[in-house]
Amino acid sequence: MPKLTIDGKEIEVEAGTNLIEAAQRLGIDVPHYCYHPSLSIAGQCRLCMVDIEKTPRPTIACNTLAADGMVVHTQTDRVKETRRSMMEFHLINHPLDCPVCDQAGECWLQIYYMQHGLYEPRMTDEKVHKPKAVPLGPHVMLDAERCILCSRCVRFCDEVTGTGELGIFNRGDHSEIGLFPGQDLENNYSGNVVDICPVGALTDRDFRFQVRVWYLDTTKSICPGCARGCNIDVHVNRKRPHHAAGRRVARLKPRFNDAVNAWWMCDVGRYGFAFVDDPSRVTSAQRRDGTQLTDTSLDEAVAAVADALRRYAPDEMAILASPDQSNEDLFALKRLCEQRGIRNVAFRVPQAGTAADDDFLLRADRHPNTRGAELIGLDGDAAGILAAARGGRLKFLWIFDHDLLAGDARAAEMRQALERVEMLVWSGTNANATLALAHRVLPLAAWVERDGTFTNFQGRVQRFRAAVEPLGEARAGWDVIGRVLSASGTPFPAARAEHWFRELAKTVPDFAGLSYQGIGDVGAMVVGAAPTTAPTPPGKRAGAKVTA
Amino acid sequence: MAEIVLMRNFERPGSHTLAVYREHGGYAAWEKARQMEPAALVEEVKQSNLRGLGGAGFPTGAKWSFIPKNHTGPVYLVVNADEGEPGTFKDRYLLEKDPHALIEGMLIAARAIRSALGFVYVRGEYVQPWRRFSAAVKEAYDAGLLGQGFDIVVHRGAGAYICGEETGLLSSLEGKKGWPKIKPPFPAIKGAFSQPTIVNNVETLCCVPPIVSRGAAWFAGLGSKTQGGTRMYSVSGRVQKPGVYETSVSVTLRRLIELAGGVSHSGRLKAVVPGGGSAPILTADEIDVAMDVDGLRNAGSMIGSAGVIVFDETASIPEALMVLARFYAHESCGQCTPCRESTGWIYKMVHRIVEGHGRKDDLDTIIDVAKRGAGTTICAFYDGAVGPYISYIQKFRHEFELLCRS
Repeated sequence: MPKLTIDGKEIEVEAGTNLIEAAQRLGIDVPHYCYHPSLSIAGQCRLCMVDIEKTPRPTIACNTLAADGMVVHTQTDRVKETRRSMMEFHLINHPLDCPVCDQAGECWLQIYYMQHGLYEPRMTDEKVHKPKAVPLGPHVMLDAERCILCSRCVRFCDEVTGTGELGIFNRGDHSEIGLFPGQDLENNYSGNVVDICPVGALTDRDFRFQVRVWYLDTTKSICPGCARGCNIDVHVNRKRPHHAAGRRVARLKPRFNDAVNAWWMCDVGRYGFAFVDDPSRVTSAQRRDGTQLTDTSLDEAVAAVADALRRYAPDEMAILASPDQSNEDLFALKRLCEQRGIRNVAFRVPQAGTAADDDFLLRADRHPNTRGAELIGLDGDAAGILAAARGGRLKFLWIFDHDLLAGDARAAEMRQALERVEMLVWSGTNANATLALAHRVLPLAAWVERDGTFTNFQGRVQRFRAAVEPLGEARAGWDVIGRVLSASGTPFPAARAEHWFRELAKTVPDFAGLSYQGIGDVGAMVVGAAPTTAPTPPGKRAGAKVTA
Repeated sequence: MAEIVLMRNFERPGSHTLAVYREHGGYAAWEKARQMEPAALVEEVKQSNLRGLGGAGFPTGAKWSFIPKNHTGPVYLVVNADEGEPGTFKDRYLLEKDPHALIEGMLIAARAIRSALGFVYVRGEYVQPWRRFSAAVKEAYDAGLLGQGFDIVVHRGAGAYICGEETGLLSSLEGKKGWPKIKPPFPAIKGAFSQPTIVNNVETLCCVPPIVSRGAAWFAGLGSKTQGGTRMYSVSGRVQKPGVYETSVSVTLRRLIELAGGVSHSGRLKAVVPGGGSAPILTADEIDVAMDVDGLRNAGSMIGSAGVIVFDETASIPEALMVLARFYAHESCGQCTPCRESTGWIYKMVHRIVEGHGRKDDLDTIIDVAKRGAGTTICAFYDGAVGPYISYIQKFRHEFELLCRS
């Protein structure tokens, strides 16, 4: 392991570590644009120059591997002057349109200009003009004038997705990013090019012009889009709601976790949050009056459900839980079932349509907590429950999230079955056809409105956190179930998701030893599950097109 | 006068054919080389003091010895025939008039580096050289000289100056955009198609058969202490007899201009570019300089590709710089930021000056920008542009200032 000195501090790093990474471990930031730890070395931006003793001139840190005895300086006058020059070169043809650029506030041209530039501009000639507002695909917009040609997006499409849609065309200062003829940037990971673009060249068509980034708050979360559980940051706009017409969730960004998703997330997950602020959100408890559903108070609805639970025999009652619910919600349900002796509980219901794995992160199972529901022991006979309903043997059915009428060829038959249930309770975030048949509706908070954990398909338990307040009377599942337990006379002393999780860890052996603290930001494996690593991207697998 | 080595066959009718080449001793060196061990061939070339004649002047034998000894996969020999340096046209004559000399040089070089496949990357605009060379390759195949352990693929470029940079050439050869590759790794370790590769210039390889047949000592004796042999100078611009002249590697610039018949037009010399467009310019007072690596380095310029461009007193230096600056802005591949952005910027400034809208501080800006970018890029293209930017302005500042309004 080479031992080297950077700015007077000694450090030992693994062989093969470059100087940007080695410096980073010492807390020394070597500015760079084209370098990205998961992409090949391009050496194009020339910003990461450092001085190495015994070399005649500054050298790029990205393509220099740490060597034993190497003495590196990142703050010499020569290095500082070189950075200033590189910033000037990067900016002479840049339109400097920060006031109308979505990247402003998180733009590395702005940041590095303030840190390393601060020269007097000298460019007085006409700048090079290039295409602007070019849609590259369904999610990504290109402004070629803002582009600094770092080639990260090109290398991403070559080396991560292996799809190769992008190239750099023309020469000299007329070079520009573009699509190869007949191509669109519509692979399922296209949104990532926006994340790795250090400037405002590639912007997110969904996020563009919604809100300035400095009004956003960031919350660590987990993508609920499939069983992978990619680690994400939720960016919400609470400070300027009028900027985005009340849309609270501005965007989702992948959060690095090399055990799950590395730097990436798929477009299905990234753009799958619209339901959170959709008009279809259920924000009030509801009760049936004849054929009409009308708003009621949460307390009234909870009391009605608790009353029903007391009224019917355990065999007359069933629960259809959801793999979209958190471990805490599902554990609360398990408690409820135990209290009332309900054995008819399941979570797998017939799906409308089928989904498939893609070849990287996205799983065919588009639910974040199927594994959790299995481990907590809710994997009962859904078909049997529905058969009992059809046969009129079911008096009470509590459905979470599911829409049993959606797109199913047997929707009419299902409707008849549900209509035979005396007390149909529905809980979820967004209204659907099944809700319309319910006798009581208890609204649930969306995942960005509550704390909790999901267990991914590999058995990795990961935390998500509340980023915004629940809408209206919507509450976390464990909260609603807790209220029902209280109203039933068997209160459970848990006021926060963490309390439920503590109880879960004590009760369900697979979760033994786990705690919110232990799960932390990166997740923790359930008992017996092997540690995970992020899958190798398609573009890096053996047999993938050689690009470097 | 120095001995004529490289152009020895040029005047013979049909010099480009195998029959004429053989009639005058062609392929005898190859017959000799096949009896020699590869290591002995490398040593012979090292002893000859042959240096690359494409521009960088790297010792050829040393380059050949960089091929990893323990490598088991293919090794490629690539000939750089993408002659694009402004003012340089020597390789074109070799390809047209003595193509078998290159094939013979390649056969010997391939044996020395244990290569079974050679690529010849011919500049796209060189149609006649490409036809002549391709015909010679066919003759060599028909005669059994090629295809017996060594093959040649002739590849035509598509018109980019940067593809004459050795790693840009390799990228282009691989079917990619002709972007120079980041070094390390160097081509001898990881070159074309990720295999060890030696890239040599046409003229360099044409020196190899005479070295093998007449001996390293003879070749070394033709040249200076640090460089063996002779070389071909492309002399153009304001001279009476522009053309290619083969003479000593240490001839003086003054003598070379005399060989070309002296200065034309006004007859009064203003300036000379001694080593292709990328070489810093010399004034009329600076031509008593030996045209070897050290002589020109001491004079603040470089021998480069030995393309000599002569300016008489009526030539405008600012216009000449504008033409060159446009060339560099047009030909920059766009990979590295300093080169991509500043070649265009500098052209705009020089153009503005020539158009009469210049400011005197533009001159300092150009020099400062050029200096800031120098030595910061992946390849030598930008350093090649910096030499002219700075030297034209520093040595002929008054001409630029006359054009500036303020």
